[in-house]
Amino acid sequence: MRVTAVAQSRMLPVRRHLLTRYLLVLGFVLFAALANPASSRAQSLADALSGLIGSDPKAAATALAASDDDKAKAALAALMQGKLYKRLSDDAVVIAEPDGDDFVITNAATGDVEDMLKAADIEAIALDDSVKAELAAAGVSAEAKDDTPADFAAAVNGLIADSFAAKGKAIEYLTGLSDPRAVPVLRALADGRLFTRKTDGAVVIAERSGNEQSLLLATTLESAGNASNAELDPVVVNNNLRIALRESVARLGLLSPDAGLRRDAARALLGNATPDAVALLREIWPKETNAAAKATMGRALAAADLADPATDKNRKIAAVDTLSGATDLQVRSLLQGRLAQEQDADVKAALEAGLKSVQRKLSVIGWVANLFQGISLGSVLLLAAIGLAITFGVMGVINMAHGEMIMLGAYSTYVVQEIFRAFLPPNLFDLYLVAALPVAFLVAATVGVGIERGVIRFLYGRPLETMLATWGISLMLQQAVRSVFGAPNKEVANPSWMTGSFELIGGFDITWNRLIIIVFCFLVLGLIALILRRTEFGLHMRAVTQNRAMASVMGIPTARVDALTFALGSGIAGMGGVALSQIGNVSPNLGTIYIVDSFLVVVFGGVGSLMGTLVGAMSLGVINKILEPVAGAVLGKVVVLVAIILFIQKRPRGLFAAKGRSADA
Amino acid sequence: MRDDLLPLAKPAPLLDRRGWAVFLAVGFILIVLVPLLNLLPGKTSAIHLPDYLIPLLGKYACYAILALSLDLVWGYAGILSLGHGAFFALGGYAMGMYLMRQIGSRGVYGNAELPDFMVFLNWKELPWYWYGFDSFPFAMLMVVLAPGILALVLGWFAFRSRVTGVYISIVTQALTFALMLAFFRNDMGFGGNNGLTDFKEILGFPVQSPDTRIGLYIASVVAMGLCFLLCRFVTLSKLGRVLLAVRDAESRVRFFGYSVTNAKLFAFTLSAVLAGIAGALYVPQVGIINPGEFSPANSIEIAIWVAVGGRGTLYGAMLGGVLINLVKTWLTGAAPELWLFVLGALFIASTLLFPKGVVGMVGQVKAKLAQRAAFAEADKKPAPGSAGGE
Repeated sequence: MRVTAVAQSRMLPVRRHLLTRYLLVLGFVLFAALANPASSRAQSLADALSGLIGSDPKAAATALAASDDDKAKAALAALMQGKLYKRLSDDAVVIAEPDGDDFVITNAATGDVEDMLKAADIEAIALDDSVKAELAAAGVSAEAKDDTPADFAAAVNGLIADSFAAKGKAIEYLTGLSDPRAVPVLRALADGRLFTRKTDGAVVIAERSGNEQSLLLATTLESAGNASNAELDPVVVNNNLRIALRESVARLGLLSPDAGLRRDAARALLGNATPDAVALLREIWPKETNAAAKATMGRALAAADLADPATDKNRKIAAVDTLSGATDLQVRSLLQGRLAQEQDADVKAALEAGLKSVQRKLSVIGWVANLFQGISLGSVLLLAAIGLAITFGVMGVINMAHGEMIMLGAYSTYVVQEIFRAFLPPNLFDLYLVAALPVAFLVAATVGVGIERGVIRFLYGRPLETMLATWGISLMLQQAVRSVFGAPNKEVANPSWMTGSFELIGGFDITWNRLIIIVFCFLVLGLIALILRRTEFGLHMRAVTQNRAMASVMGIPTARVDALTFALGSGIAGMGGVALSQIGNVSPNLGTIYIVDSFLVVVFGGVGSLMGTLVGAMSLGVINKILEPVAGAVLGKVVVLVAIILFIQKRPRGLFAAKGRSADA
Repeated sequence: MRDDLLPLAKPAPLLDRRGWAVFLAVGFILIVLVPLLNLLPGKTSAIHLPDYLIPLLGKYACYAILALSLDLVWGYAGILSLGHGAFFALGGYAMGMYLMRQIGSRGVYGNAELPDFMVFLNWKELPWYWYGFDSFPFAMLMVVLAPGILALVLGWFAFRSRVTGVYISIVTQALTFALMLAFFRNDMGFGGNNGLTDFKEILGFPVQSPDTRIGLYIASVVAMGLCFLLCRFVTLSKLGRVLLAVRDAESRVRFFGYSVTNAKLFAFTLSAVLAGIAGALYVPQVGIINPGEFSPANSIEIAIWVAVGGRGTLYGAMLGGVLINLVKTWLTGAAPELWLFVLGALFIASTLLFPKGVVGMVGQVKAKLAQRAAFAEADKKPAPGSAGGE
């Protein structure tokens, strides 16, 4: 009694599930029949299929052979292989793939995997040999005509089979297709990111984005919108399947036409390759043309050699030699692990030497990486501080609203991006960042001139009051932006030419957006230097910086110089905002994050000196990044702040202080 | 000429007769009338002061002390410290540590030795810098010493090497920023992000009870009055005059042979101590102290209290502190999105339109009226003879 109850309660949801699926399929077919003229073909396919189990199977088979529908071909191929069945429950024609004791049922008319059935639930559709011969003559073979789109989709749909065995089959089949599209699907399955969508049963790859999952259709790898977790059913795998999946991914990757993918696959095999994978590696390694991929494969092979107790001593030492050329944390831990297990003294010595060499390279790379990170942070600081340095230098004015100019620049970028999204063709989207630069410059410069003309010019000679007034402006700008755009962060997308990274040396990746920002920052610096040294406006600026009264006496329009300087400084901050939007979130208090740091850069480097600002920004950036791993991010920052406070005691006017009479303003 | 200088030579009285009258009247209202209005009439009576107003007024008194302390350095010595919030918070933390120790075993984890957050962080014993904070006198000593010593050290470094003007502002701002980052760390042992809270009692009185709140309120108001008199005394002394001179012409004062460094250092340290006291009174009344108090924005806001009230007047600064916080309390409740606009506008208006603050404006209006009256007087009786009359 109890047993049946359990069985029933287990059966019910399955039944309901299937029922909804039937209804959906039915509804879809009906809809398609009404809406789509091509549906007549689907109709004829269904007719032909049902003809197979009718009175004249031969005519139906010929009709199928004449059709150029993928599903018709698949059905015919199944027919030739003897895999075409009639489902007894509803007399539908189905393709059944044996899976253990059960069969995986694919509806021949729709191409959808529908359920698992016992042999008793289906009946084979047999053809006379004469018909078969005729069909074979017409060019239909038992060899399934591989038409990848349908097959790939079918194989992917096979992954959601109910039993692990069936899933294993589907994985094997999918791997056998050698389709590069299978890699992300299999990887998603291994990571537990493969789901079926409850609404339509579609197989999807999910990627967390915020509170929702953003979906990719597994069969086509096209975007399929978002869904919440509740709308998704996970496709479950066990450990055996996971191992099989890793194999498959590696195999597919190794055979992929893309050298980068081959390399990634070889790297994934490092230290954990199964004998099959090793055999494959050995086979393709000599044929590999891409140097980086070849080296990685060689290392994976060497690791396999090292792990194999059957390998002789010399080969092991050679393997260690190969491995010690690597600059990879994984190789280091692999060597460490081997060192702990190795018995042979010579191999042990080689391992120790190899480990040392890897260690040395890794520490050099660590320093280079820190340096790069530091320069990257420094260039961001430089972009934030340089406008501040100019305005402070020329006018002796601390602009507390400077950070908000950065923020306005970032929001301009956001707006330009949205305009490009809404009104321009998608292939132009990558250019939005280029368009955002002048827009951000103009927006920030305009606001800057407004501030200078409206407030600051009444406060010359009262630097403390100027600070307070500009702080007030910054509060108002922040609140204004918050009112217009809302408080939550806005996301600005990287254009495609700024995404991704490349590997400079092993194990050290440089991301494009950071590199481009560094280059951009130096371009801006060069531009400003050019303006200062080669233009009349620059000459005036320098004159006013050195001695305002004298410059005024010489006929330099100091008021105009002030306004233009402020416009320039603010505009550059705006462009800095464009750069910052590429590496972080855009929020109303973006400016306040950088304002204290940019003050320190200016104070550290010395007021009104481009060189000082450059040196100040770079040294602050690098010191921050070097201290970070030692002392932790926050404490590192505190140390830097305290160090600068102490430094100011020694050099109250900064590293590159103006000397002589102009210094005492 | 000699007669003009004579009043400067004599030490001026702390307050004139009218000043004392106002001082005592305000003191009477705040110390006697306010608590009585809260205690005596029934809850429904029209003149009953609601309970929530008492700690609010106490909070305003603390802000007034804070504003006073900034006015002492900014209005009189010309040092615009943008890090006074740090001294305020340090005093608050010292008090908070005492209050944490008073919780004893009544915390969530019931650990008699360690505050809750240390138990949570799996600390085994009290860090050394928490020793002694179970004693009230020691905690009060630290309320004065912690901000005082920090100001002394920072000031000694800064004033000795003649860091002035906007540089000192930036340095103090960096200081409070650094402290904020440091206090946000859990490892610091000050409760990290959450700060210190959940206080139970102070000197054996439960912190939440209305009677304790009235006591704290009265203590704040008394402290406010005493701080005011102290600042008044300092600014009227010879040292106060030197400070004023430093504000207006630092180099000249130095050439006269006065030690600018020492004068500034004294003012800065005293001011930090006052700010610390304000913080210590503030914490038991609001029931929490967290690293947010160190944020640079808070410190700059203090400057605007002083600027709006009127720099270099002491009572103006106190008035500004209370006024702006009144507006803030009301506006952040009524129209929160407007508050930053108003605050921003106040920053701009107080620097551009009324640089002398509310008090200065009253003075200006008075002067204008007096001048008009004088003109009218002069018009009435024509000048006898001489054409030299203005």
